[in-house]
Amino acid sequence: MSREGVLDALASICGADAVLSSAEDLVPYSFDGTAALKMRPSAVVFPRTTAQVAECVRLAAATSTPIVTRGSGTGLSGGAVPTPGCLVVCLTHMDAILEVDPRNLTLRAQPGAITQRIDEAAGRHGLFYPPDPGSQRISTIGGNVAENSGGLRGLKYGVTRDYVMGLEIVLADGQIARLGNACVKDVAGYSLKDLFIGSEGTLGIITEVLLKLVPRPLARRTMLALYDSIEDAAETVSAIVAARIIPCTLEFLDRVTAGCVEDYAHVGLPTDCEAVLLMETDGHPAAVADEAAKMEEIARSHQARDVRTARNDAEALQLAAARRNAFAALARRRPTTILEGVTVPRSELATMVSFIAATAARYELQIGTFGHMGDGNLHPTFLTDERNADEMDRVHRALDAIVTRTLELGGTITGEHGVGLAKKPWLRQQMGDASYTLMKQVKRAVDPHGLLNPGKMFD
Amino acid sequence: MRTLHTLDYAVLQQCMHCGMCLPTCPTYDATKKERNSPRGRIALMRAIADGELSLTKTFADEMSYCLGCLACQTACPAGVNYAALFETARSDIEREQLNAAPSRRFWRRVSLGFLFMHPRSLRAAGRLMRAYQRSGIEAAVRQFGLTRFLPPALARLEPQAPRIASRFSNQLIARQEMPKGTAKYRVALLTGCVQDLVFPEVNRDTADVLLANGCAVDTPSPQPCCGSLHAHNGEADLARELARRMLDLVPPDRYDAIVTNAGGCGSHLRHYHHLLEDDERFRERARAWDHKVRDAHEWLVDIGCRPPAAAPFSRPATVTYHDSCHLAHGQKITQQPRALLEMLPGLTLVPLNESTWCCGSAGVYAITQPAQAEALLHRKVANIASTGANVLATANPGCQIQIARGLREAGRSVDVMHPISLLARAYRRENDT
Repeated sequence: MSREGVLDALASICGADAVLSSAEDLVPYSFDGTAALKMRPSAVVFPRTTAQVAECVRLAAATSTPIVTRGSGTGLSGGAVPTPGCLVVCLTHMDAILEVDPRNLTLRAQPGAITQRIDEAAGRHGLFYPPDPGSQRISTIGGNVAENSGGLRGLKYGVTRDYVMGLEIVLADGQIARLGNACVKDVAGYSLKDLFIGSEGTLGIITEVLLKLVPRPLARRTMLALYDSIEDAAETVSAIVAARIIPCTLEFLDRVTAGCVEDYAHVGLPTDCEAVLLMETDGHPAAVADEAAKMEEIARSHQARDVRTARNDAEALQLAAARRNAFAALARRRPTTILEGVTVPRSELATMVSFIAATAARYELQIGTFGHMGDGNLHPTFLTDERNADEMDRVHRALDAIVTRTLELGGTITGEHGVGLAKKPWLRQQMGDASYTLMKQVKRAVDPHGLLNPGKMFD
Repeated sequence: MRTLHTLDYAVLQQCMHCGMCLPTCPTYDATKKERNSPRGRIALMRAIADGELSLTKTFADEMSYCLGCLACQTACPAGVNYAALFETARSDIEREQLNAAPSRRFWRRVSLGFLFMHPRSLRAAGRLMRAYQRSGIEAAVRQFGLTRFLPPALARLEPQAPRIASRFSNQLIARQEMPKGTAKYRVALLTGCVQDLVFPEVNRDTADVLLANGCAVDTPSPQPCCGSLHAHNGEADLARELARRMLDLVPPDRYDAIVTNAGGCGSHLRHYHHLLEDDERFRERARAWDHKVRDAHEWLVDIGCRPPAAAPFSRPATVTYHDSCHLAHGQKITQQPRALLEMLPGLTLVPLNESTWCCGSAGVYAITQPAQAEALLHRKVANIASTGANVLATANPGCQIQIARGLREAGRSVDVMHPISLLARAYRRENDT
């Protein structure tokens, strides 16, 4: 079928105003939140129902048109970057929150529902949806599930996977499968929903999610600890965990990052210290008071220059919101901002942090580092210029050195952003031959014609 | 002459497409399509700069669908200067005449090219308009349905036209006015165009409030348009010409502050240096000017505004505050107007949901994009109604006209006033008690 034929067929499935095909409409769908990756798709379609998604998939299968599924396009590994000639299936119009069930502590939503709206809907029932990726104000829950997104609260509350109870999936042949259910316990068959969580759009299209909610914490306290050395901040994190305290957030910003965030958000972050730890504890008021006091004491005994407590909820929210924008705020310094997401076991944090600093010096590069220190998840961010070939070459060599060192320390190439295109070169190195091959066999079994997000994760 | 091709590429590259602007963009919110979002528009501009896309009518339409509200600039962690990109794109579009239609060209020449270049002619046109509104001709035209002979856009707008004032700022304010006692500051007061024709009393009120706070007030006359309308609508050369005239009329070194009370004007007035950076003769004066321009609320809070002893109304009132886009996003001024309102006795300030969401006025947007403008107005009116306030305060004449009409058409009796006017009322009532 010709491109025009496909466009006509899509229009008859979803309506003419739900299909985009002009250059002006396609250029803005050529990229996601990942730096320096772009490819113009052949068309974009906006289905409104699961049945329409299934019909689009059948049409794509019949015409051998690759599909790239997309939500708000905020991903940071290139997962939603189009592949050549592809059809982008954009789910932003399927954004309804279908049900909050306070008796079962669950929430059912369409994939295009915005992450923050989901937590707000839960909040109206005194409930809580904890995963809070940096882009939660605009990221979609479908994208979060497909990438198994993390966030600032991973330390205590885990990641998206820990909250997915059920999924509705359109498979590569257009069949609709329902996986999982509202039961707390369920060991019937393979846990297929888990296969689709973090599958980055390569196995199926998520058209509905059933999420687990938890009671909303009654109290929270947010603190900032300031350090003259990054190692002291890293040691503080290890000491807090060793003291059997699991705060909901232990976020770290280095001097460069804190400076950029303060330029943007004006929330009173200090810009003259080497490291800032944003610490937050939540839960029962008595437990919160106790943990906060202990964390402050530990920070001070690890040479924190100062420990400040947010005066009220508004200030605490401002600090967390400012931290969420750290990555984009770093773009203030140089034209191109390349984000890493290496993660190491927490005992290796201080080693990794020093290695990153040494690598920056060795390759004469500017790196701003921040991250979820409590999770061992760091975001060294290269501040560079994609037009400078020599510098970009050094960036790639430094990146390779950091990833290799991460793997030596028993870490992972991506803690929460996914493999997509950005981490593809190192996946085999991390997984080893047997598991890498197994993964490709799974892909071939579920999507034999390679229709869904081809070329992502592996070839 | 800067175009998308010659613009410093770093300005375009600054956008790292993180998407944080999307939830704050009223047009993306309406369609959920990337082209209608800031990062989508920037991607189009970058494709044009890279030669991957040519300047097309579709691009021109997209740029006129953009409100230019600059909410994205507040949201942007990366610090993208969207205002500069937006104005450059619109200027490219005008140069290529992509929107060219004979009637559009005629009306642009009359308005941007003539009336808003010549303050005396603008006032004369204002007087004609007032005569039309007051003489019974307007009533007759409407009664006999003669508006059907107007072009459709005008016919639709005719009933929306704001009432022109009987006397303009220069008749209400002397060129130099001195405060009681010794003057602590010397300021210049800018009276604007729409403010001058429709709300000259806001200018009088501003002068009164400045005088009550120890400022000697110079109000040079006749003042040219600041050029904001021209810059926003792709007439960069005319905007530069007006900036030069303004700099000649109001030398910045003579004043402690150059005060403006209209959000839309202020946002433009603060960037003369950027506008005239290639003009050797005016560059330095423009830099000095930018340092002196102050929004009226900002200036009053800076100098420690005196709390009035009296209430603005005889009965207690509830007020809510709508942020003009170019005051909040263009100038980052959100706290000061609220601080002044909270200072007023007998007035309770209640928060307005989505207070920084555009009301749809956006310069000439109500003319060029009526459907989207109406949708935004309805949303704004619903938010205002849900506060239960009986006064809506806002600091931009475009917002004031738009929101007042929206409230009137919805049958809501809410007074729309400038915060400075409320302050002026309170000072005046000090003498009554």
